[in-house]
Amino acid sequence: METERKGIFAGLKVWDATARPKAAAAIPVPEISQRTAAPDGQPAQGAPMNEHIVKSYEDELALLDKKIAHMGGLAERILGQAFDALERRDPRLAEVVVKSDKSIDALEREIEEQVVSMIARRQPMADDLRHVMAALRITTDLERVGDLAKNIAKRALAIAHESHPKPLMSGLRHMGELALTQLKEVLDSYAERDAERALAVWREDEHIDAMYNSIFRELLTYMMEDPRNIGISTHLLFGAKNIERVGDHTTNIAETIHFLVKGVNITDDRPKSDETSTTLFQKD
Amino acid sequence: MDMMTAHQTRSLTQAASAANPKVVAKDVNVYYGDKHALNNVSVNVPDRGVMAFIGPSGCGKSTFLRCINRMNDTISICRVTGKIQIEDQDIHDPELDVVQLRARVGMVFQKPNPFPKSIFENVAYGPRIHGLAKSKTDLEGLVEDSLKKASLWNEVKDRLQESGTGLSGGQQQRLCIARAIAVSPDVILMDEPCSALDPIATARVEELIDELRNNFCIIIVTHSMQQAARVSQRTAFFHLGTLVEEGNTQDIFTNPKDQRTQDYITGRFG
Repeated sequence: METERKGIFAGLKVWDATARPKAAAAIPVPEISQRTAAPDGQPAQGAPMNEHIVKSYEDELALLDKKIAHMGGLAERILGQAFDALERRDPRLAEVVVKSDKSIDALEREIEEQVVSMIARRQPMADDLRHVMAALRITTDLERVGDLAKNIAKRALAIAHESHPKPLMSGLRHMGELALTQLKEVLDSYAERDAERALAVWREDEHIDAMYNSIFRELLTYMMEDPRNIGISTHLLFGAKNIERVGDHTTNIAETIHFLVKGVNITDDRPKSDETSTTLFQKD
Repeated sequence: MDMMTAHQTRSLTQAASAANPKVVAKDVNVYYGDKHALNNVSVNVPDRGVMAFIGPSGCGKSTFLRCINRMNDTISICRVTGKIQIEDQDIHDPELDVVQLRARVGMVFQKPNPFPKSIFENVAYGPRIHGLAKSKTDLEGLVEDSLKKASLWNEVKDRLQESGTGLSGGQQQRLCIARAIAVSPDVILMDEPCSALDPIATARVEELIDELRNNFCIIIVTHSMQQAARVSQRTAFFHLGTLVEEGNTQDIFTNPKDQRTQDYITGRFG
């Protein structure tokens, strides 16, 4: 492990089990989801869908959903591992995450290629068109989620040897748990073609934003208390920002699912409560 | 006119025509003997635009198209009820001369069917019998104009006296379109105009349809969904003799309301 470290991580200390805080209620790492598309690509919701006359077309659409489900499961897993690595200060796990991101990227390319080929060869119409477009959009969002997980893991590597402020970590953990639940929910609603459930996820993102705001303020206070905290606090702040971005990609996916099922975009404005970009550093 | 202005003008004329349809059909029923081929079809066709009729074979789309210029009159066992108006003129009015009607409602068929005459005569025939040209120069101008509108002029201007049947399939079809527009019709009906053409000739005809829609009301029956999506602004889906769904082409092909439309355009068992 040690010998493999390169570049910016080269100077890191060997991971020491004794320095590790008790993994109190560590975020459960979800297994790669068993979620699969409804059998034969038939949506579980709404009117029963007739099969395509051309069987191979039907198979291709089912395969597309299978790949999305696989990619979603992978994204969920490495995101959970990244949170875990951050909380337990586990550089080994963090490196696993950094490596796993590659397979997500590969899946993204694979899905993109399949969508392009299907548009060229099948000229999908109506719900089929929305299906392939949705797959293309969701795969982009999932790839970004993978990147964010990787970034969080890199932060975990960077601060592995520092002591963590406990209350901050519990805030981060809750935020991570919520982001993970949201991602799981949205992937389930894709598999089940459940627009209402996707809409619920879309509304829920407000809470992640609110948590991010409070962590942001907490970190500011922490930095003001002692300038030596600035280093770790900045890393944690980026970590929190990454989680918040995961939430945004989750809402993107929710919007895509709504469009896929209903054929129209969500019209009302999403409630937003990330106000950190307008928050000033204030000393009382 | 730059593209933006052309586009705006087009949307304006479309908006105006939606309120003022060219062809209004109400409760049209067609029977072939005992067979009820078309069931209570009501539809408004806007002026200056293309409406596509799609649907599986035998769904009644061609039958309905043939009602609009009363071509079904020529079939003895065929009976048509209901009302069809073209610019407030009832086409079943006993006072109406059906020959005049067919001059106002031009038709292009699946297989190009030029007259076995010269290219010039193919186009000149209609204006001549309807007395649309006062002099020989007039007639020549009209022929040239029609051939230009049909994007055929450059290909045939040096061989106007050669036989129309000597042209390629795509050219023949555009000759038939030139022949149809020579009499300045109100409506042009096209029954699968590209089914017998190769992709290049098809693209030429589609380009022509796109130009003609600025001046004419065009109704096209096509089995190619991609073609309907490409050339039309409005689409009507027929199934088993009924009009299932009619709407903006974009809506029909991205988000159809009816399950049967959805199944048909996505290639599923209906």
